[in-house]
Amino acid sequence: MFPPNLCAFMSPIVSIRNLTKTYANGFSALKGVDLDIREGEILALLGPNGAGKTTMISIICGLSTPSSGQVLVGGHDVVSEFRETRRLIGLVPQELTTDQFETVWNTVSFSRGLHGGKKNPALIERILKDLSLWDKRDNKLRELSGGMKRRVLIAKALAHEPRILFLDEPTAGVDVELRRGMWTAIDRLRATGVTVILTTHYIEEAEEMADRIAVIRGGEILLVEEKRELMQKLGRKQLHLELKTPLGTLPPALAALGLTLSEDGRQLVHEYGNGAGEGRIGQVLAAIEAEGLSLSDVSTHQSSLEDIFVSLVEARQ
Amino acid sequence: MNVEAIKAIYFFEMARMRRTLLQSVISPVITTSLYFIVFGTAIGSRIQEVGGVSYGAFITPGLIMLTLLGQCISNGSVGIYFPKFTGTIYEILSAPVSMAEIVIGYVGAAASKGMIIGLIILATASFFVDIHIQHPVMMLVFMVLTAITFSMFGFIIGVWADNFEQLNLVPMLVVPPLTFLGGSFYSIDMLPPFWAAVSHLNPVLYLVSGFRWSFYGISDVNPLISLVMIAVFLTAGMTVLSWMFRTGYRLRK
Repeated sequence: MFPPNLCAFMSPIVSIRNLTKTYANGFSALKGVDLDIREGEILALLGPNGAGKTTMISIICGLSTPSSGQVLVGGHDVVSEFRETRRLIGLVPQELTTDQFETVWNTVSFSRGLHGGKKNPALIERILKDLSLWDKRDNKLRELSGGMKRRVLIAKALAHEPRILFLDEPTAGVDVELRRGMWTAIDRLRATGVTVILTTHYIEEAEEMADRIAVIRGGEILLVEEKRELMQKLGRKQLHLELKTPLGTLPPALAALGLTLSEDGRQLVHEYGNGAGEGRIGQVLAAIEAEGLSLSDVSTHQSSLEDIFVSLVEARQ
Repeated sequence: MNVEAIKAIYFFEMARMRRTLLQSVISPVITTSLYFIVFGTAIGSRIQEVGGVSYGAFITPGLIMLTLLGQCISNGSVGIYFPKFTGTIYEILSAPVSMAEIVIGYVGAAASKGMIIGLIILATASFFVDIHIQHPVMMLVFMVLTAITFSMFGFIIGVWADNFEQLNLVPMLVVPPLTFLGGSFYSIDMLPPFWAAVSHLNPVLYLVSGFRWSFYGISDVNPLISLVMIAVFLTAGMTVLSWMFRTGYRLRK
């Protein structure tokens, strides 16, 4: 037998095979999802509302039962070996659901007990301090702001020292500063080797944090890709060249290089990226010079993950 | 067995009781005291003995049962309904706990609270009337079994209920008439034969009768039959629960 950490290294920590979920009303939320999640990575699960993100997480965590297919967590089946799998998982739900009348300390300790953990005040203290909740430990949850409640939910999810953390829309309705704070907290978690699965509407968030991106739509995984490769492969760059004097028509020499002229004739656009056209910028500039055109400004625009996401989702519609 | 989880749920629920001490303990005590004042002392003094027991003492087991049933059902139902209502149930459903452990935690806490309140009422009653307990062990057995059974019924109601109205339906509308008509305040011998026979359809009759037997050795039905009936109710509750768990009824989508 291999030691557990070696096994984990060899096989994905979460392995989803042909997972389907059809609700009693006939709605098919997941249509044969296959997905492997690697230990220690941050995977962002992107998709429009109703794509099946939450359904998928619910099945992995045990809130929902699969219609068919299999999910293995740490090599254990989530249905038949739920005790093993749920010990490995921490879940931060989308909704801010808290016991309003409980104190922060009690609710976090309760979560640890519920997962079979013996009392460990030192650990709870560290978690609360890491999430800047230590000062609030004796406060009742109803006295906390939304952002703090969200952090309490994260503290609850971490109280039993899970190896996998699911964050379902962790920064929905959280202000910019708190969102940045949340990102730092998640980054720290990753440093301790925790695998993080994040669903989000803020593509900026995925772009900022994720190692890999999975896009889900209509209950199907459209793609799973390293974020960097995805940006490189699908990302487009544009070079915008502002002209001092507008042009009526595009000179043929520039058209041959693939440049386009904006409607008002004030801007030349050179599109590149996707591994094509990178080397031609010098040529483009030389050709403009040769045409005797003078430029007032130059700017580049790189497509964000959001643009990529929108174009992906639209392309499949 | 995830003992830590059972403990976590149990103590969480018991802490909820401490927070609502006034509502949980003091109000049933006041209500029961009122019963004793009105039925036991004021009216009771003009009623002749029933089966050789003063009327005030006669109604004591019934009053304890009335409170025990109501408390167990409402504690058992609120315990599981509340997390369902606020959404915190997600944590229990995603924790490494079996349904049996969840039930032990919630039903155990509800039954404990019911027992505590029942015993407090017994103590309160002893201020108003002379109480002798002939079979103290059997009294506790009847109490514990009834508390567990009805906390379990409460749990089932809590899982089933979709709103607060449904939640209160059984403890408010079903339990009081059954208890009042189940021989809490009279012996069914006092009824015309037809209604005495109908009373045997009332499950509460068996609880009150068996419980009263443990106090005074008098009963409307054989105490063994009472025990068997409680076992039947307990089994019925467990059957419904195991079906709920197999199907994930109203808990797991």
